[in-house]
Amino acid sequence: MEISKKDVDYVASLARLEFNEKDKESLTQKLGSILNYIEKIKEVDTSKIEPTSHGASGENFWREDKVIKSSQKTIDAIFKNAPDKEADFFKVKKVMDTEEE
Amino acid sequence: MNEIIKMSATTLAEKIKNKELSSVEVTKAFIKRAKETDPKIKAYISITEEYAINQAEESDKKIASGAETGELEGVPIAIKDNILIENIKMTASSKILENYTAPYDATVIEKLKKAGAVFIGKTNLDEFAMGSSTENSAFFTTKNPWNTEHIPGGSSGGSASAVSAMTAPLALGTDTGGSIRQPASCCGIVGLKPTYGRVSRFGAVAFASSLDQIGPMSKTVEDSALLLNVIAGFDKKDSTSINVPVPDYLETIKQDIKGLKIGLPKEYFIDGLDSDVKKSIEKAIEIYKKAGAEFVEISLPLTDYAVAVYYIICCSEASANLARYDGVRYGFRAECDNLLDEYQKSRGHGFGPEVKRRIMLGTYALSAGYYDAYYGKAQKVRTLIKQDFENAFKKVDLILTPSAPTPAFKIGEKSSDPLQMYLSDIFTISCNLAAVPGMSIPCGFSEKGIPIGMQLLASNFDEQTMFKAAYSYQQATEWHKQFPNI
Repeated sequence: MEISKKDVDYVASLARLEFNEKDKESLTQKLGSILNYIEKIKEVDTSKIEPTSHGASGENFWREDKVIKSSQKTIDAIFKNAPDKEADFFKVKKVMDTEEE
Repeated sequence: MNEIIKMSATTLAEKIKNKELSSVEVTKAFIKRAKETDPKIKAYISITEEYAINQAEESDKKIASGAETGELEGVPIAIKDNILIENIKMTASSKILENYTAPYDATVIEKLKKAGAVFIGKTNLDEFAMGSSTENSAFFTTKNPWNTEHIPGGSSGGSASAVSAMTAPLALGTDTGGSIRQPASCCGIVGLKPTYGRVSRFGAVAFASSLDQIGPMSKTVEDSALLLNVIAGFDKKDSTSINVPVPDYLETIKQDIKGLKIGLPKEYFIDGLDSDVKKSIEKAIEIYKKAGAEFVEISLPLTDYAVAVYYIICCSEASANLARYDGVRYGFRAECDNLLDEYQKSRGHGFGPEVKRRIMLGTYALSAGYYDAYYGKAQKVRTLIKQDFENAFKKVDLILTPSAPTPAFKIGEKSSDPLQMYLSDIFTISCNLAAVPGMSIPCGFSEKGIPIGMQLLASNFDEQTMFKAAYSYQQATEWHKQFPNI
């Protein structure tokens, strides 16, 4: 199972990961050999089998759809790690490109 | 001081409660040992000395006043650096979290605080718990205390080394594909992965949500049970936590194992098995036979597919779990002039190569057109792997295997070939896929003096049977009483 450079570029853009050219080459080769190995699961007959997505039980636990307000202490602790903020907001670069409107 | 660092957690807890030793004295002994050995061993990302001494003083005050004390009152424990302790730096051994301070306690940490434990430091791991040798840490590689040219195992290599080097009597690790059991085996200590859902994952950095579990690492089986008693239990904050009552794991640990049926899966005892590992396991089987256990040959036919299934599932889940590291709310943010570049560069530069490789593999496996062939298919093969174990446990009470196909390999030996590294997990991986509990116990040494581990597997929520079999073995052997010369 070969993975092309084009596939690697596409997947990298989905994963929002940047690679330099040298790393991309090594990655393409290593991914190719790993994908080659995992192809073996196709040998298993799973025609009548249900998937397992979970550990020891499939039961979902629900909670009430209620807002539990965080303490100021928690809010402060969270914002302590913020790379950039303004009041109680995380500050980021422009999300919409208004020139394309 | 030398005597203190060799004591088990059970002994220390008793002596601290009796006031034979103070928690401050004990904590200082382990910190001194950590500072002495860590320049060579490098088990710790940070030794939290001041924090630990404060906790130790609190414990001593509590004991002096006659107030109610916890099961681990005043006993030091090292914590893998992918578990959050409020106000303490947590890195997941990644540059992307190099300057991150935990805003809250993990549930296991809350429980340990209630039990009176003292946090001696945060230990090194493979970045985001992705690895089998601790060589993927973004900061440094931890060394095996038995031979510093060899790996301590991974991803909980720091925790395993810390206990093995006597810098802490206990440690917490996390296990997704063997990351507690394999380093425990490499470093000659006891490591347990509980049944999936037994211990809360709230506050542990998520790697693969359907596989991750936090578990105890210790020198003795008794200590492992003591620690599991504290950390196990249903937690509303973990949506995969399972509401099964926690028994007292110490209560049944000394029970007789006569008539216990132990399965030997033929797929794990192949021709290529290392001869030192084979010899140690054969000797262990003899010891169990003397204690009255019966051995049954069993088959786990899907074993050969486990590594492939595991890597598809864990990488797919990791690609989703690691999407949160985008430089927006926390973690490394690259200097850029637009948002897309900011995502790509923050993640591109913040994550190490193995992490990026696994995110790529997972993203590919989940992408349109490939989901059914990879993730969908892997989930179905996973059902069959689970059934292998269910069928086996109809015939036997426990399964015994080597923990790893070879003793700990040399640093650098497999780091350039990720696939070779993945294949070294072959014996530990199925256990996470099937959700069953598993434990590694030291059972010998290779000719070069590197520890060898034996793995016990039990059916869901039957940690008690594993504990009593492991305890019985430790009563008949002295491997756990040996210490490395550092």
